[in-house]
Amino acid sequence: MTTATTARAEIRTAWNPRRYLGGAWRHPFARAALKALLTIFVTTTLTFFLIRLMPGSPVELKIDELIQTANGALTYDDAKAIASSLFAIDLNAPLHEQYLSFLWNILHLDLGTSFLSSGTTVTSIILAVLPWTLFSVGTGLLLSFVVGIGLGLLAAYRRNSQLDRVLSTAASLVSSVPNYLIALLIILFLGVQFRVINFTAMRGAYSSGIEPGFTPQFIGDIFFHASLPITIYFLTQIGHWILSMRSATLAALEEDYVTAARARGLSDGRIRTAYVGRNAVLPLVTQLAISIGFIVGGAAIIEQIFAYQGVGLRLLAAVNQRDYPVIQGIVLLTTASVVIANLAADLLYSKLDPRIGRAGGTAG
Amino acid sequence: MSTAVLARPTLAQRVAAPLAAMLEFLRLLSRRPVGLIGFIGITFFLFLAFVAPLFVPLQNDPSLVDIYLTPSLAHPLGTDFQGKDVLNQIVYGGRPILIVAILAAFVSTIIAITFGSIAAIVGGRLDTAILAITDVTLTLPKLILLIAVAAILRPTSFVFLAVLLGLLQWSSLLRQVRAQVLSLKERDYVEAARSLDLGLFHIVFREILPTMRSYIAIHFMLAMTEAMYAQIFIIFLGLVPVSGSNWGIMLYFAQGQGALFFRDSIWYILSPIIAISLVQLSLVWFASALEDIFNPRLRGA
Repeated sequence: MTTATTARAEIRTAWNPRRYLGGAWRHPFARAALKALLTIFVTTTLTFFLIRLMPGSPVELKIDELIQTANGALTYDDAKAIASSLFAIDLNAPLHEQYLSFLWNILHLDLGTSFLSSGTTVTSIILAVLPWTLFSVGTGLLLSFVVGIGLGLLAAYRRNSQLDRVLSTAASLVSSVPNYLIALLIILFLGVQFRVINFTAMRGAYSSGIEPGFTPQFIGDIFFHASLPITIYFLTQIGHWILSMRSATLAALEEDYVTAARARGLSDGRIRTAYVGRNAVLPLVTQLAISIGFIVGGAAIIEQIFAYQGVGLRLLAAVNQRDYPVIQGIVLLTTASVVIANLAADLLYSKLDPRIGRAGGTAG
Repeated sequence: MSTAVLARPTLAQRVAAPLAAMLEFLRLLSRRPVGLIGFIGITFFLFLAFVAPLFVPLQNDPSLVDIYLTPSLAHPLGTDFQGKDVLNQIVYGGRPILIVAILAAFVSTIIAITFGSIAAIVGGRLDTAILAITDVTLTLPKLILLIAVAAILRPTSFVFLAVLLGLLQWSSLLRQVRAQVLSLKERDYVEAARSLDLGLFHIVFREILPTMRSYIAIHFMLAMTEAMYAQIFIIFLGLVPVSGSNWGIMLYFAQGQGALFFRDSIWYILSPIIAISLVQLSLVWFASALEDIFNPRLRGA
């Protein structure tokens, strides 16, 4: 073995974990990924403690319920064993072991089985409904983002004109009325008072007679059934994008580089898109990430109002049936998908803004 | 510096200064019609929720012959599925909603201000930790969590409901408070207070927060709108045990009793929808007018 000094030098040059990890930490992707993992971990832990440890927790409730329905034929331990198998945990094991095995199961996407339809795994239940929510929410959000950014840019360029006033007022009107009230108004006026829309035909994710597949009829049918939820997601988000884009554009217009670009004689169109538009959109991408979580949560009530077969409707059904494994599974998987969507937005942001990749810090 | 400045202000001066500020504020507000509408709307609904119930007798007896009446002199907004007067429910149904919204906004604002300014002033590891927690809660699908938590805990008391709502929505305000404090703490008067060793508490609550008053007021109102949204959200879904009557419970029954699909019941359903929307709109419009007034960078032009 060599002396201490050479060993230290070796560590510094050849393999210094702090140096590599420090470098990785500065990388925006590593930061975003770590944040995503942390978020999922926090939700998982929160759900674990909520379901198992709260006084009058679902596990205890289930044990009581089992004993009562069995009319004394079941001892407490038997009931506990049944509850254990239903929750896919060993209730007799120490808490930390329960927690670790819970994490282990989640890593294998094993979220237990539903209380009500025995044998059906929670994962399969969620996978049947999650795509519909992600589809309708994603479409509504992207549409509102694109249209809202266009209109916001327009409003900013026509600042204080009649058009700007109408757009801004309409935007704040539409974004401050809660989305479920807009949904109720649509049913109330278009469905009941004037009977323009036939709601019963639009229930569910697609019509029962149609064969799922990549046929034009099926895709058309999917959009027909999703049209009202998409409209609501579009309406509730668009106001926000118009107003944010308007103020971001106004701020960007004041920047020196815009004046410099004008002085260089660049065309208005080029300044508008490459200089003002691009810089104004940047902070909105971060907001896009945040609104994904909000809109997925809001989807629960919209899906209930329109009877659209998504995650939210399934979650509410599970809540009413006190089907706790399904509740837990839906909370975990929706959080995971929201977090992954966020991760994608973060990556997009660092691609759009080269400063972030180089400097290693995040703006704001 | 003249001695007049250093002398204690007389009573007249003490009254006159805020009065002048108030008049100036009203003058600025009157130039913004949308903000003025918001201000009037907030005043109206505060009056409706907290003063009007003192003068209007509660009519809570169901009358089965008067179901879904259209508006008349006796029932200006018609009647509901039990034959109860809708206007009376609107008058009495605002207070519980507004109290919970105000409490929840209070909880979230306190959390955001306390931890946001601590993060900004102390800095270092604590700042990183607080920011990490904030980032995590910011991205969570909070309404989904709210459904799950409400389903398991069944919030029966309105204080508990308010705290629950407040705990879910402090994150974005915290980030903004932190950013504000970070820029304010470099100012000379904060430096002066620090060099006098006046302590963290004094610096935050006496030096920094007073300059952020308008900012906090704006965010308090926006937090109220968020709390109202989430509150009516879970009431409408039936996750809060139904007791008494409020605008959310009216909607819950309108949906549950199928009144939504009954043509004559339109006044019954529209009333809470309009009331909730108007409160939300007033808050948002007034808040944006305030932002316009207190943020000189955006003013003018």
